[in-house]
Amino acid sequence: MKRFLIPLGVFIVLVIFLAVGLTLNPRDVPSPLKDKPAPAFTLPQLAAADKSFSPADMKGQVWLFNVWASWCVSCRQEHPLLVSFAKDGKVPVVGLNYKDQGVDAKNWLAKFGDPYLLSAVDADGRVGIDYGVYGVPETYVIDKAGVIRLKHTGPITPESLQKQILPLVAELSK
Amino acid sequence: MTAELGHFALILAFVVSIMQGVLPLVGAQRGQQQWIALARPAAQTQFMLLAISFACLAQSFLANDFSVAYVANHSNTQLPTLYQFSAVWGGHEGSLLLWVLMLAGWGAAVSVASRQLPDVMVARVLAVLGLVGIGLLAFILFTSNPFDRMLPAAAEGRDLNPLLQDPGLIYHPPLLYMGYVGLSVAFAFAIAALISGRLDAAWARWSRPWTTAAWVFLTFGIALGSWWAYYELGWGGWWFWDPVENASFMPWLVATALIHSLAVTEKRGAFKNWTVLLAIAAFSLSLLGTFLVRSGVLTSVHAFATDPKRGVFILALLVVVVGGSLALFAWRAPKVSAGGNFGLVSRETMLLMNNVLLVVATGSVLLGTLYPLLIDALGMGKLSVGPPYFNAVFVPVMVPLLLLMAVGPLANWKHADLKAIARRLRVSMVLAVIAGIALPLLMGAWTPLTALSSLLAVWIAASGVFQIIDRMKTGKPPAAFWGMQVAHLGIAVFVIGVAMVGGYQEEKDVRMEPGDTVKVGGYGFRLIGVKEAPGPNYRASVGTVELSKDGRVLKMMYPEKRKYFSSEMPMTEAAIDAGFTRDVYVSLGEPLDNTGAWSVRVYYKPFVDWIWGGCLLMGLGGFIAMLDRRYRLRVKASAGVQGGVPA
Repeated sequence: MKRFLIPLGVFIVLVIFLAVGLTLNPRDVPSPLKDKPAPAFTLPQLAAADKSFSPADMKGQVWLFNVWASWCVSCRQEHPLLVSFAKDGKVPVVGLNYKDQGVDAKNWLAKFGDPYLLSAVDADGRVGIDYGVYGVPETYVIDKAGVIRLKHTGPITPESLQKQILPLVAELSK
Repeated sequence: MTAELGHFALILAFVVSIMQGVLPLVGAQRGQQQWIALARPAAQTQFMLLAISFACLAQSFLANDFSVAYVANHSNTQLPTLYQFSAVWGGHEGSLLLWVLMLAGWGAAVSVASRQLPDVMVARVLAVLGLVGIGLLAFILFTSNPFDRMLPAAAEGRDLNPLLQDPGLIYHPPLLYMGYVGLSVAFAFAIAALISGRLDAAWARWSRPWTTAAWVFLTFGIALGSWWAYYELGWGGWWFWDPVENASFMPWLVATALIHSLAVTEKRGAFKNWTVLLAIAAFSLSLLGTFLVRSGVLTSVHAFATDPKRGVFILALLVVVVGGSLALFAWRAPKVSAGGNFGLVSRETMLLMNNVLLVVATGSVLLGTLYPLLIDALGMGKLSVGPPYFNAVFVPVMVPLLLLMAVGPLANWKHADLKAIARRLRVSMVLAVIAGIALPLLMGAWTPLTALSSLLAVWIAASGVFQIIDRMKTGKPPAAFWGMQVAHLGIAVFVIGVAMVGGYQEEKDVRMEPGDTVKVGGYGFRLIGVKEAPGPNYRASVGTVELSKDGRVLKMMYPEKRKYFSSEMPMTEAAIDAGFTRDVYVSLGEPLDNTGAWSVRVYYKPFVDWIWGGCLLMGLGGFIAMLDRRYRLRVKASAGVQGGVPA
């Protein structure tokens, strides 16, 4: 009798996980960093490892900070949008290449296009922790004073770009 | 008015499903003829009502009724008519309506094509289908009503997701759903058998053609989806191990195992409990797939529209349906007799190994798919599991399965002689080894993986041909035999496709100015230019690329980059020149600067169409097997185990 209960038992364990999974929304995570200064860091650049990047370099302009990785499927989804967005050149987009291999990352950009002014390399994910990176991709809007004004978790959609990000950027750029 | 009519029909269908789910079941338990007799008309009425409801939704789309929220969210006046129709299942609510329509369709089909079955059995089967219908119809009515009005009406619709504006998507979801939902019939037969306590060869024979039919649809649906991803997503891949793809692949794997174990149950009366469990598992995985896709617990390229609140409802449905049937299983299964004995070397053993391997494969896919969720639920961070995991885990399980495939059909039931089997496989073995050495060399480079794949493919194909020759000596084989051979040959063709693309495809990403030429796989690609061209609801940049080989111009190719007005979402339309032994594939990347230069991606993909050709053969094999005349014979009350007919 007991062995016939095994499938039921396995299923119950699965359901518990699914139920917990349901309470965790992979997309919307409120960021405690909103309206706080963007954490400082200095990281090497992907294209030129001898140069470094720090958020202080961007003082005085509104910019997007986009966390990406070549292993991230959802990044591919938002990528064409970023590429076409960056082409206008209105707002600089800086990438944070998160827990990635340098070669993979470069190939990925070569393959799908490079929307970034530059990408900072966060190989061990230390900076990602400072920024509270929850799931890749994530995008931050940072204002002229270096304060995080918006955090978008998950791929950018045409809708979120039009309704959230662009109006905010326009307002901040005034 | 149309939308209200559709909504009303949906409510009526819900009421009818309650009748269909409860009365025949009670009637069958108590032997009340009138209630048993209700099953067939109820199933047919439910199908009619849902067809009306579906037609109403389609009409709302075609009439651009943007006061219906669902229409306003998924259509647009500029959308071509064909896509206005396929937009009916382009979103969550509509695709669920399609789901229940198909469920009712399968029920109606069972009610019509079951004249040879005992009424009590049919009543139970239809009642189980009705119960499943109750759950899903309640889900639609209470959380996802496609007929919800939005007043005042929108002036213009938001347009269908551009990814879905493609001919492939007109057929892909319906076929896939037909497969998913079709497994509910196998499930219903299993539950009916558990309730009645009659798990016998007759039960297995009844459910076999239905299982195979669902499997055929599932095969075609998955193949079409893979083909769609190949030419629409513009990445040149044909399988991504994406959670949603996995969600359709797992039921397919289990259904494949089920088809084989049903053969044992029908011929030898063995594996009864196991077969029932597989039938439950196959449909449960379909439901789980629906849950994963519709609840948004996993992020995926397919997660077009998700709503976590709906997830709770589907999870509850999952608990009731799957939990309930597994509990029923735990209660009833211990009383089922073990069935016929068999030797260590026998067809039973071979099919058992087939089953074990397929279930292990399913388990590995399930683990990989849910792993990010498990880790997240345990608070250990977020991660995504990619193709490297699946390739590393899945492929090693498939190798013994493919090896066995050539051997299994040669083994006799009960007891087989290993030496005799080996003797019959001698020539196939030699051919396979030759192929393993020669084929990769012919393609240009010998690698262990392509060698192994070539060996396996030829091993399966050659063994199949010899089986056919042997079998023809003893008279005309039945349809089931041909079906098996065609489907197995399909696997061989599929393996060749996968191996050749994996081993010998070439790709280049280059910057091209008009007049530039790039060479890939022996073909020359010259970019003539890129022009702007208007489309019905988008504007496109259309590239003209001249394809040549050895200096001879073959044809012009026109890859496109589209921008849809409604969403500004850029879409890639690759230009593909398909051929028997290779595809060449060109897709436009991005315009690079003001000189007219573009980034262009060019692929040479040898034998890639064999992947889908193989799937087509598998599906065709299943279809042929379904036609076997023994499924249409009236079953005698005490139908026992028959011998002599191959599985």
